[in-house]
Order: sequence, then structure tokens, then C-alpha cells
Amino acid sequence: MILILILILILILILILILILILSKLFTKPCKSLINQNLGKSHWLRNYLPLQLLTNFQEMADIQHLKDLVSQVRRDIVRQVHAVNSGHPGGSLGCTEFIVALYNEIMDHDPSFQMDGKNQDLFFLSNGHISPVFYSVLAHAGYFPKEELNTFRKLNSRLQGHPTTHEGLPGVRIASGSLGQGMSVGIGAALTKKLNGDDKTVFTLHGDGELQEGQIWEAAMYASANHVDNLIATIDVNGQQIDGSTDTVLTLGDLRKKFEAFGWNVVTVSKGNDMESVIAGIKEAISLSRKRTPICILLHTVMGHGVDFMMGSHEWHGIAPNDEQLAEALKQNPETLGDY
Amino acid sequence: MKTYTNTGNKDTRSGFGAGLEELGNSNENVVALCADLTGSLKMNAFADAHPDRFFQVGIAEANMMSIAAGMTIGGKIPFTGTFANFSTGRVYDQIRQSIAYSDKNVKICASHSGLTLGEDGATHQILEDIGLMKMLPGMTVINTCDFNQTKAATLAIADHHGPVYLRFGRPKVANFTPENGEFKIGKAVILTEGTDVTIVATGHLVWEALEAAKALNEKGISAEVINIHTIKPLDEEAIINSVKKTGCIVTAEEHNYMGGLGESVARTLAQHTPTPQEFVATQDTFGESGTPEQLLEKYGLNAENITLKAEAVIKRKK
Repeated sequence: MILILILILILILILILILILILSKLFTKPCKSLINQNLGKSHWLRNYLPLQLLTNFQEMADIQHLKDLVSQVRRDIVRQVHAVNSGHPGGSLGCTEFIVALYNEIMDHDPSFQMDGKNQDLFFLSNGHISPVFYSVLAHAGYFPKEELNTFRKLNSRLQGHPTTHEGLPGVRIASGSLGQGMSVGIGAALTKKLNGDDKTVFTLHGDGELQEGQIWEAAMYASANHVDNLIATIDVNGQQIDGSTDTVLTLGDLRKKFEAFGWNVVTVSKGNDMESVIAGIKEAISLSRKRTPICILLHTVMGHGVDFMMGSHEWHGIAPNDEQLAEALKQNPETLGDY
Repeated sequence: MKTYTNTGNKDTRSGFGAGLEELGNSNENVVALCADLTGSLKMNAFADAHPDRFFQVGIAEANMMSIAAGMTIGGKIPFTGTFANFSTGRVYDQIRQSIAYSDKNVKICASHSGLTLGEDGATHQILEDIGLMKMLPGMTVINTCDFNQTKAATLAIADHHGPVYLRFGRPKVANFTPENGEFKIGKAVILTEGTDVTIVATGHLVWEALEAAKALNEKGISAEVINIHTIKPLDEEAIINSVKKTGCIVTAEEHNYMGGLGESVARTLAQHTPTPQEFVATQDTFGESGTPEQLLEKYGLNAENITLKAEAVIKRKK
């Protein structure tokens, strides 16, 4: 009798485990569009489980998956840069949560890439030097094979030092690297969306040092004057640039006041390396969009986040780790989804 | 010798305005951007007829170029309008990275090019823009000669996928090419056939070249005048075939001799059939204030100087 009871208990436990496994598998979101293809909105699981429980399960699984992805992307970043002994790890590591969140939680996008991007959310990386994080996130989202990260910055690669359309890498819609142009490009794409009756959103990302480029402020003035309210421009406020802190190079002053004075709505994310905060911030920005005002997210991040010896210093803006430093960096960011 | 009739002086920029107006009605993907020079660029008709597709960006040319690049994503065909100086040198990096390197379908339309902008002086008279633009991989560079051709070129570049630099000017000049004529990008137009000297000209100097050919004809010299409206891609075949017949060449342009049409022709000929060449162009100098006619005379960009150079180059034939 006791044996039978134990057996039943074990069976129930196994069943619960299987259920949890299925749920976490099904409701993680490697990419929203892929999920929608694989799991329709009327999937039987959704009908057989209490909605609230399902939502909680889904959110927990989502966040865990995003955090796993962040760890894996950070590994990809340091490995890419180490392999060619060049590239920009600092800003890449600092923006990992943001770009992972955009491509895996926020944006409606299609990895079977079309340049025109009609009826899709668009992202433009204006500070193109943080290409390692961009490439890794694109690869994990299915834009190109992860193995291609091996070619970063190498001869005949589609993964140029700075992102470009020139070699036809899926996911890239504009070359960037020469700073200050991406906000204008984003405005252009947002204007075309309005002309086309396309209600999707355009996202851009800029370094805080990049705000020293005058064109940014030309663009900022234009966007508010012309009610480009389908544009969300995020500033990676890490306070660092090549020559030192932004305060020592050319202080940026009060960015919130500056953007507000230029007629923008500003959302501050004070914990830009905390996934929940990042998602909440972007969602808040989206809720403010389409109200005749462009939106700016001031995303406070730590340059080099996730690798302790790289954190908070401009020193790791554009240099690669050596073998020992790579090993240490990888130890701090466990392999979660498989190295390329 | 075939002769051409001036049907009445008109400015090339108005040809652009007329072409853009027509495109506004015929191609709904065409959008226009202007940096506070709508009247100067003759973009008013388009702006009035299609306010939803006209974008006044203010005095912010860098922003305009990058916005134009972004607008191509989703299928629009942006035409940007400002002076040649602000269309090129001022925004070279924006054009280089966001338009040329990114292969965006932007039409950079530039008025007030060269010396004939006149009284505003050297700050506004760019003589380097052809060189700047032709150096960019993938960029098509066009410099039209009169109202009719500028209108035709404006229509043609809308159907051409890829970045284009369309250069035209401010003053009223002879209008002599056919109304509603066909414009083939990259195809030279042989205006007169001749045997003694080839004159290839672009922009405002095409009419001057025709005037020079008349003067040469009266002296018993047979000149072949070719209108090179497209500097890149250059119709090398037309030039090579012509000099095989004439044995010498004069190039004429409202631009510095460095980086302009003359250098493109010289490179072509050096590679295929080395030929004596004389350059009618500014001689590595900035311009200055004056009337267009005064400036063209002072800097040797007129029929008289083309005639002199033609006679000189004929003497260099072996």
C-alpha cells in the first residue's frame, strides 16, 4: 500500500516536472513571430490552464529566458572581440539587456529579413561600434547562423567592424559607426511609416558621448517640431567615452532637461542592466508614443556590465581581453544557450 | 555642321522644379526634402501640390541627408534640395555612410553649382562637388546643360535605383535640347560630328562648347561636340570612339580641373588611347563675387577659351 502511494506520488511529481518543462519551452520567446507561428493563440494549453497561472508561468519563463540570453550574448561579445583582438566590448556589455529585450520581448520583427521592414518595428543602432552585442542578438533571433559570429571583423565577412548593409547582413538596414546620424535615419524611417499607414514603431540607440555630435540636436529639433511620435530614441547613459568620462571630455549636462527643452517626452531607466526595469521602461515609452511627441529613454547602464574588471571604466571602450581575461569573463557569464 | 537654336533662356533649376512637379503626380513614392531653400530650388510647385510628401527640414543639411536615407526604408524615393555646396561638402560624411555605403535610393539635387551662382561669392560657389561625389562608390553623378535636359534628368533618376547626385545651376542659360527629350543615364549625346577636335562638355559649358564649335567651323576647323551629362558612369566608349577620329580633345566644365570631368576623361584616355587633352576648368582656385558672365570670362569658362584651347590642342597632335 505504502509502495503504491509512493509510486503514485513519484508519478505525480514526474507529471508536474514534465508540465513545467513543456510550459517553459513553449512560452519562452526566442522571437515573437516564431512563437506565433509555432503556438497559435488558441493552443489547447491556454484553454486547459487557469489564465492567471499561465500568465505568471509565461512571464517567469520569459524573464528567465531573457536572462539566459543575456548571459549567452555577453559570452558571445567577449569571445568575438577576443578572437580578433579588436572591437568594443564595454558599450556592448552595457547595452546587452536593452537589445536583448528589444528583439525578444518588445519588437514585432521578422528574421526572414526584408530591407523595407514594412509593418514591422525597426531598430537602428546609431552607435555602431557596439556591433558585437547587435550581431549576437541578431544571430540568436534567427537573422543569420550563430556560427557566423566566428567571422566578426575578419576578411570577407558580413560582420564588419561596424554594421553595414554593404555585405548584405540580414538585420542591418543602415551603416553606422560615424556617429550622430542614426536619429535622423530613424526619423526618416518613422516618417515613411506614417506615409505608408504603417503603425509600427522605430527604435534607435545612441551612446551618450554621441550626443556631442551636433546632428543629434538637429534631429531632436526636427522630431518634436514635426510630431515624429512613432520614434523612441534610447540614450545609453554610461558616462564614458574613449578619452575618459563624459564629464571630463565634454560634460553633457542635464540630459532630461535638454531633451524636454527640445520638446521630447523623457523616460528614465535608472537600472539599465536590470531586465525587468529595462522592459518596464521601454513599455512605458511605448505607452507614451503616438501622442504627437517623440520619446527618449535615458537608459542608465554600466559600461562593461557583467564582467567585473571591465565595469564602469572607459578603459574597456575599445580593447579586447587577453586569454586569461577572456576565461575570467566567461566564468562570470555561464553558457546558457550554447556557444557559437 | 549641325546647329542648335536657343528657344529662350531658362534656368536649369526651374527644369528641376518642373520635373519634380511632374514626378509628384506620376510617382507617389517620390518625396522631397528641402533645407530652407524651397524657392531657390523651385520646389514650391511640388510642395504646394503634395504638402504631405514635402519635408521642410530647416537649415540642417546633415539631418536632411540622413532623414532621406531613412525614408528609403519602406520604399520612398527622396529628392533632397539645397545649394551644391551644402549638398556635398557640408554633408559628405552623411552621404558617404548613410546614403552611398548603405546603397540608399536618395536623389541629391543640387542647385547653384559652380561660379555662375555669382554675387554670393566663393563661400557658396562650390567647384569641387563633382570630384567629391564621383569618388563615392556607387554614386551616379549628373550635370545637366539646360532647362529641358534638367527636367528630363529629374524624371529619369526617379526610375533609377541607387544614389544619384544631380547638379544644376542658378542663371538663365540657353535652352536648346529637345523638349521632353529622352534622358539616358550614362549615355553621352553627340551634338555635332567633327573630325579635327573633340570637345566634351558638361553643364552650362555645353552651350559654350557649341558656340566654340561655330567659331571653329568659321576658321575651317571641324569640332565634334559631345554633351557628357553623366560624369559617372562615364560613357567611355563615346569618348574613345570620338578621339580615334579626331586625335585630340578639350574638356569643358564649371568645376576645378582637379576631380572633375576632365580628369575622368584623362584617366579613360590614358588607359585606352593616350590623347592630347586641354582642360577648360577653374585652375585650383576659389571663386569670387561678380556677375555670372564676368566670372565665366575671368576664369576662362566660355566659348572663347574653349576655342583657344581647341586650337592649342590640335597643334599638339602628332
